[in-house]
Amino acid sequence: MTMVAMIIISIGVLFNFFGCIGLIRLPDVYNRLQAATKCVTLGCCSILLGVFIHFGFTDAGIKGLIAIPLLFFSATVAAHALIRGTYHFGVKMSDKSVKDDYKSASK
Amino acid sequence: MNTWLEILLYVQIALSGVCLYRIIRGPTIPDRMVAIDIFGILVVGVCAIISILTGKKFIVDIGIAWIILSFIGTLTLAKYLSGKKLNE
Amino acid sequence: MRYVAFFILGLVFWLLLTFKLTVANLIAGAVASLLCTLIFARYYFTGVVKFIQPQRWFWFLVYLVRFIFSCIKANLDVAYRVLHPKMPIRPGIVKVKTSLKSDFAKTLLANSITMTPGTLTVDIIDDCFYIHWIYIRSEDPEVYTKMIMGAFEKYIKKFAE
Repeated sequence: MTMVAMIIISIGVLFNFFGCIGLIRLPDVYNRLQAATKCVTLGCCSILLGVFIHFGFTDAGIKGLIAIPLLFFSATVAAHALIRGTYHFGVKMSDKSVKDDYKSASK
Repeated sequence: MNTWLEILLYVQIALSGVCLYRIIRGPTIPDRMVAIDIFGILVVGVCAIISILTGKKFIVDIGIAWIILSFIGTLTLAKYLSGKKLNE
Repeated sequence: MRYVAFFILGLVFWLLLTFKLTVANLIAGAVASLLCTLIFARYYFTGVVKFIQPQRWFWFLVYLVRFIFSCIKANLDVAYRVLHPKMPIRPGIVKVKTSLKSDFAKTLLANSITMTPGTLTVDIIDDCFYIHWIYIRSEDPEVYTKMIMGAFEKYIKKFAE
């Protein structure tokens, strides 16, 4: 059982690593937010699942299990609020962008 | 087994350091806020790994509290970014 | 009706968090969830009857499996774009129309879109979603509507409308 938990936690840390590389490499704030939110959220959900498998059906295991939907909804809603705030703050999109439908609607 | 878990813990802390780099260097203000949000999520993973490593079960509680506080903090920062008052 | 549902949900959440089945703990949880019910319950749960229909739960499970699969695919997609030396990105914001009506279903659809490959919801105005896409594959509105929504709209319509 401990072995399975180790493998799942390792996969989670690997996804976190990809997310942080995205935070460094990508060109503008929208793409950074996109890559980092997806990878880091799934990575931390995976680590919490590892906690549940390691402790089993005890109090700490159940707490790890109910932290997963909590983390999930809070991370997605926070990403949505941040990207909307960034657009209204007036940060330009990078040169590679090809389309912007939101410009006319946000006025 | 414990050695591998310690290595994972150090990797996770180093990733938080990467977020600190983006907080210091970020060219605009929203860059820094995104990095703060990601930092808050990474700390939850650190809490979970420490709770397995030491066997103390209350550290998972700290992780849950951290999720909620980081969520409220990020929402406040986003409200500030979009230029609204806090009661709208 | 909705007050009762909120109270039961709060009590179950308290019992899972504390994980002790004693009388003192039950009384404390009842008081805490009663306070939460009095303050917050009027904002949530417009149709409580939906909770006790079994076919909705079945479609919810189908949606959950499909969603987890697509979530893992999204992560591999991001890893490919980040590790590629030239970074194949072509970002932009597109506008997509939906046919869902209730607020809960729209919120769920927006959260699903945020976790699927390469897309992130920026804003919802009436029934239009504005979506930031990291690699725009097509210029035709009908084609990209089908690509972004995928199967989620169909499933969510079945269990949340």
